[in-house]
Amino acid sequence: MVRFENVGLRYGLGPEVLRDLSFRIEPHSFQFLTGPSGAGKTTLLRLLFLTLRPTRGLITLFGHDVSTLSKDSLATLRRRIGIVFQDFRLLDHMTTYENVALPFRVLGRPESSYRDEVIELLNWVELGERMWALPPVLSGGEKQRAAIARAVIARPQLLLADEPTGNVDPTLAKRLLRLFVELNKSGTSVVIATHDIGLMDQYDARRLVLHDGRLHVYD
Amino acid sequence: MSDPHTDRTVSPPSRDPPRGETPIVPKDSIAGRSLIVVVAIMTFLASLTTGAVLLVRAAAGEWQADVAREVTVQVRPASGRDLEADVNAAVAIIRATNGVAGVHAYSKAEAARLLEPWLGTGLVLDDLPMPRLVVVRIAAGARPDLAKLRQALATAVPAASLDDHRGWIDRMRAMAGTVAAGGIILLIMMLVATVLSVTFATRGAMATNRPIIEVLHLIGARNGFIASRFQRHFLMLGLQGGAIGGGAAALVFLVAHAMSAWWTGTAAEDQIGALFGQFSLGLGGYTALVGLVLLIAAVTAFTSRHTVNRTLDAVE
Repeated sequence: MVRFENVGLRYGLGPEVLRDLSFRIEPHSFQFLTGPSGAGKTTLLRLLFLTLRPTRGLITLFGHDVSTLSKDSLATLRRRIGIVFQDFRLLDHMTTYENVALPFRVLGRPESSYRDEVIELLNWVELGERMWALPPVLSGGEKQRAAIARAVIARPQLLLADEPTGNVDPTLAKRLLRLFVELNKSGTSVVIATHDIGLMDQYDARRLVLHDGRLHVYD
Repeated sequence: MSDPHTDRTVSPPSRDPPRGETPIVPKDSIAGRSLIVVVAIMTFLASLTTGAVLLVRAAAGEWQADVAREVTVQVRPASGRDLEADVNAAVAIIRATNGVAGVHAYSKAEAARLLEPWLGTGLVLDDLPMPRLVVVRIAAGARPDLAKLRQALATAVPAASLDDHRGWIDRMRAMAGTVAAGGIILLIMMLVATVLSVTFATRGAMATNRPIIEVLHLIGARNGFIASRFQRHFLMLGLQGGAIGGGAAALVFLVAHAMSAWWTGTAAEDQIGALFGQFSLGLGGYTALVGLVLLIAAVTAFTSRHTVNRTLDAVE
């Protein structure tokens, strides 16, 4: 599904922040991406999500060499990836329902074709009562669940989550982890970037550890 | 933070289901309203400039046409000739010429009145060798053969000379050309200022939309989809601002036209009439204002699309 071969990245003329990364993310797999703050977790997620291009090495995503793809092809690939941002990135002028339905809307699908699906997912993440609320009036936990719902609504093959439990208490963190595990069981590969050891200890999964710009894989 | 069940108890209640889909680009924003105001003001000023230039240009053309529509024949007294008979002969020849709309031979009394400002009243001109003037009005759009007329007058009335005001017309033409060129330069400067102001105001308004562009991009929207949404939204903002500014300018011209009708016969009307002619833009003028509004709206839309593309390039 994802293959990195000797990937390196530097910003401008600075030192390499990521060095010789070589790893694979297999279909239906579950992994934590961890490491100390500033180790490059978010940078690696941005490479996975195609908003950064490596300065060297090869990235293959769903069988495509990403360096050869056009902008439209990259957009098409992104639709197969769901991403949960650390800062949620919900659109404040749209309701929770509309935020979650946004991936369908950009595909040009009529509202009637996805309405039930969105409502069902909102109920599943326990936001059924809040679907017509605007993000500024949602609590941190509600925003987090709305962001996760938006990331998974289009059934992505790969889910990337950047510190998805960084803004919630341990109880909610546990519930969110259970949500990711459920998604993984339904066929989505999951990568969770976190430095929350307690969270990782709750689920036995592969760990990708970034340290000094290098990646160590613990299966 | 707390359990989602707890969250629900402390959060404000949800609002009712919306009736329609919320536009992806927020409809009402401070930046959007500010842009409408900037577009409206700049369109108003540009429309006033356009209208004023069109009026002055038309008036300059009218001054020129007025002079060109008249020629003068001067019949001088000559020894051994009957001045009255020469005048009548000249009038007959002129009347027989194609393209002449009217002929008026000034009588002795009328000639005396013409000289009054310089020589005073109570003049006895019988003993003076006063030339007589014959004013010839040329029909609108007609181009009489003045060379032939001059030849015919020289043959039949040797003391007559024809003045077609060529020198005046050349000067009027030069002046009208200068006025029109000055107006067009002014208009171009105004249009450039308008386009630049609208461009920068649009970029400012777009800056607040950067998070939306990024989110759309990251959930897999194609660049064309994002750009078209913003372009459509900003085209509407541009049209709204343009319609307000252009409409206000059109109203100013309509009111000015109506007021010029009330002033008819006053000194102020004479002065304004000399400068601006009828003070009416006409269909062409109002069409130009509509064109201006569309141009400014198009600039707004294009700038938003350009800004979206630049933002997407930066995000990638």
